[in-house]
Amino acid sequence: MTTMLSIGGLWKSFAGFVATRDVSFELLTGENHAIIGPNGAGKTTFFNLITGHLRPDKGNVSFEGRDLVGLPPQKIVRLGIARSFQRINIYPRLTVFENVQVALIAHEGQQWNLFRPGRSLHREGTQELLELVGLAPEALETAGELSYGKQKQLELAIALASQPRLLLLDEPTAGMSPQETGETIASVRDIVKARGLTLLFTEHDMSVVFGIAERISVLHHGEIIASGAPDAVRNDPEVKRVYLGEHAHG
Amino acid sequence: MPSHRQLIASAIVVLLLALIPLAGSRYAVDLTTEVLIYALFALSLNVLIGFTGNISFGHAAYFAIGGYACAILLTTYGWPLALALPAAVVLAGLVAAVVGFFCVRLTQIYFAMLTLAFAMLVWGIAFKWKEVTGGDDGLTGIKVPAMLTNHVNYFYFTLAVVSAGIAALWVICHSAFGLTLVAIRENSVRAGFIGVDTRRMRWAAFTVAGTFGGLAGALFGMYHRGMYIENAFWTESANVLIMVLLGGIYSFVGPIIGAAVLHLLQVFTNQYTPYWPTVLGLILLVIVMVLPDGLIGLARRVKARGGRS
Amino acid sequence: MTLTMFTLNAFYGLALAMNMFIIASGLNLIFGVLRVINFAHGMFYMFGAYITFTVAKTWGAPFFVGVLAAAVALGLIAFVVERLLLRHLYDKEHLMQLLFTFALVLLMSDAAKMIWGTDQYSVGYPPGMGGAVNLDFVILPQYQLFLCVVGPLIAVAMWFVVDRTRWGRVVRAATQDREMLAALGVNVPMVYAAVFTIGSALAGVGGALAAPRIALVPGMDATIINECFIIVIIGGLGNMWGSFLGALAFGFVVQFGTVLAPNWQDVLPYLLMLAVLIVRPWGLLGRPETGH
Repeated sequence: MTTMLSIGGLWKSFAGFVATRDVSFELLTGENHAIIGPNGAGKTTFFNLITGHLRPDKGNVSFEGRDLVGLPPQKIVRLGIARSFQRINIYPRLTVFENVQVALIAHEGQQWNLFRPGRSLHREGTQELLELVGLAPEALETAGELSYGKQKQLELAIALASQPRLLLLDEPTAGMSPQETGETIASVRDIVKARGLTLLFTEHDMSVVFGIAERISVLHHGEIIASGAPDAVRNDPEVKRVYLGEHAHG
Repeated sequence: MPSHRQLIASAIVVLLLALIPLAGSRYAVDLTTEVLIYALFALSLNVLIGFTGNISFGHAAYFAIGGYACAILLTTYGWPLALALPAAVVLAGLVAAVVGFFCVRLTQIYFAMLTLAFAMLVWGIAFKWKEVTGGDDGLTGIKVPAMLTNHVNYFYFTLAVVSAGIAALWVICHSAFGLTLVAIRENSVRAGFIGVDTRRMRWAAFTVAGTFGGLAGALFGMYHRGMYIENAFWTESANVLIMVLLGGIYSFVGPIIGAAVLHLLQVFTNQYTPYWPTVLGLILLVIVMVLPDGLIGLARRVKARGGRS
Repeated sequence: MTLTMFTLNAFYGLALAMNMFIIASGLNLIFGVLRVINFAHGMFYMFGAYITFTVAKTWGAPFFVGVLAAAVALGLIAFVVERLLLRHLYDKEHLMQLLFTFALVLLMSDAAKMIWGTDQYSVGYPPGMGGAVNLDFVILPQYQLFLCVVGPLIAVAMWFVVDRTRWGRVVRAATQDREMLAALGVNVPMVYAAVFTIGSALAGVGGALAAPRIALVPGMDATIINECFIIVIIGGLGNMWGSFLGALAFGFVVQFGTVLAPNWQDVLPYLLMLAVLIVRPWGLLGRPETGH
């Protein structure tokens, strides 16, 4: 397997608080990789550093051999990395359909077209994506009025519209009921497989993590303390100490 | 494309407006001309406010640049209208592009303050560059082509230009570009993550708004045969902003309605009392406290309630 | 320019700067805590000047009673406005707050016309301050000297209150995280009301202190609000020492501009602001906006 995303010596701190501490990390093409760790471990910051939302203080991030540090999000997404957000990040006053449609327009570089009516573009592609994530019945509803779980699904559809090769999902099941979680995970797994995507995700629900991840990295206080196959990570004494220990206290 | 119903409705409105001079009232013709110009002005601002979510407090600058430039080219340099008008509009657009370049580096309140600052610079130049602009005496005696000196002819000219301008803005606002602007308004962070360069898009929206604002200004200057520094002052920017908000920012036609209502209200109020500012202040309080989505929003809410019961 | 001329102009520039600082610092304080750009600030300034005129000239009270009356009256107006109306708008979009303060401008401009008409007034220097101090090579007018003392005093007082007292800590915290403060049992609405009151009273004081050196005319509010915007933008929105710097830059540019480029002194401050913003988009001491 080849390396898709390679990260070396990554640092990021906010006003003295180190959120990412000397993180080195390799993501292999085609794998499903989970980042786990207690709340505040620096998972979202890690994602923000990869996708250009934040600029690292030090270190390098390269995607298929291309250096990403300093590139803005809109350039990085065009290289083939799309993401969803832990906190809902959609266009609340647009319809569900338009939420996805705009992403397709942007992906095709048509946002500079001043003449073609926007709502007539990519209708089929939008419909397909909505069916894929199970939102076709809600296509004409206002996105901000959807249930929480459905907004999460919409996030996924928006991310997929950018036709990524690497999909980053930040807590895809946060706030979902057990049933919604199960459905979401099943659909993510199917989509990733069908489209041949590489998946990097953060998740708090261990059953989800061990059900879907082929490799797992554990982030703690901004550092990666273990990385490897699920069984190896599960039995890692350091992980047990940090992770289970903190859970016992929490 | 607009739906058939929308096209027919627009055609009927234009046709009805075109019939106004037949009533024989000069007052009605002049009033309609003014409303048309303000409608275009307000719509141009709404490209920024309603569609991109950027509040400009200096839109009068582009109105004034278009107005002054057209007036100066016609009068001082004797250019024909067919050249002076497009040149004035292009100039307003260019200035908007330069100003916008700096403004879109900031967002929200900082953006608004910077647009205000640039507009006041334009005002200062109009005030102080007496040889060209006439300073605080204003630029008067604008030479318009003989054909347009008649107020009915000028009304038809305005109707044609404003209709074309509104049609162009309609196409732009409903294009892929316009839809992407709305996405930026709704969530500019997310728009970045689908591959949109939000800063450049906002820059483009700023330029479009300034260009059409300039067109409205050029029409205004020729209509009044004069441009005055008050046209560039921040109170003028506030006035057009109020038109937009009164109508409603989340619909295309809202600003047109807002412009018509506010301008007519001002004209009628001035017939009875010198205290128009008080009336306007009270209108604003109503918008701010109970009508944040404007008249169109109110209409929608009333309709929704009626539909439910 | 001789040394005498230079000193005299620098001095007048400083006096103007200090008067402007007093006004602009109020605008800046309100923005820093409430995140409201108060367009009515210029109107508060104008009311301050007119009230001083009424108290000191029409009623014949001492000038400084007029200053006090201006401060109290504007503070009171601001407090009532904040409690009755403005506080309902904090959770709405910025635009609504801006429009609200613009509505205040319109209503108060008509009120001023009703109360004071449209005549031009002047207040005159307070007794004992109309003279000048002779420094041999230059003669400095006393009232301007007085402004040069009051300005820094107010700056230091504000710094002390905001940086060194418990109340100041609460105010600063209110700019960061309202919910947290409320959770800690701080009466956030009263903090906001107090800040709006004090900021507006500063506009009143600024207007009162300006009254002896300017002509009181309708429309003076529109000029001053722009100049205040320039000052706080140059300095960095929300930063008190930034406003101080901005006021100094403004005062000197206007004063020396009047002498050296008499046709363009009104445009120069805008050029100064643009120059600053091109280099530092968030002003001299401002910080880039955080969050989205």
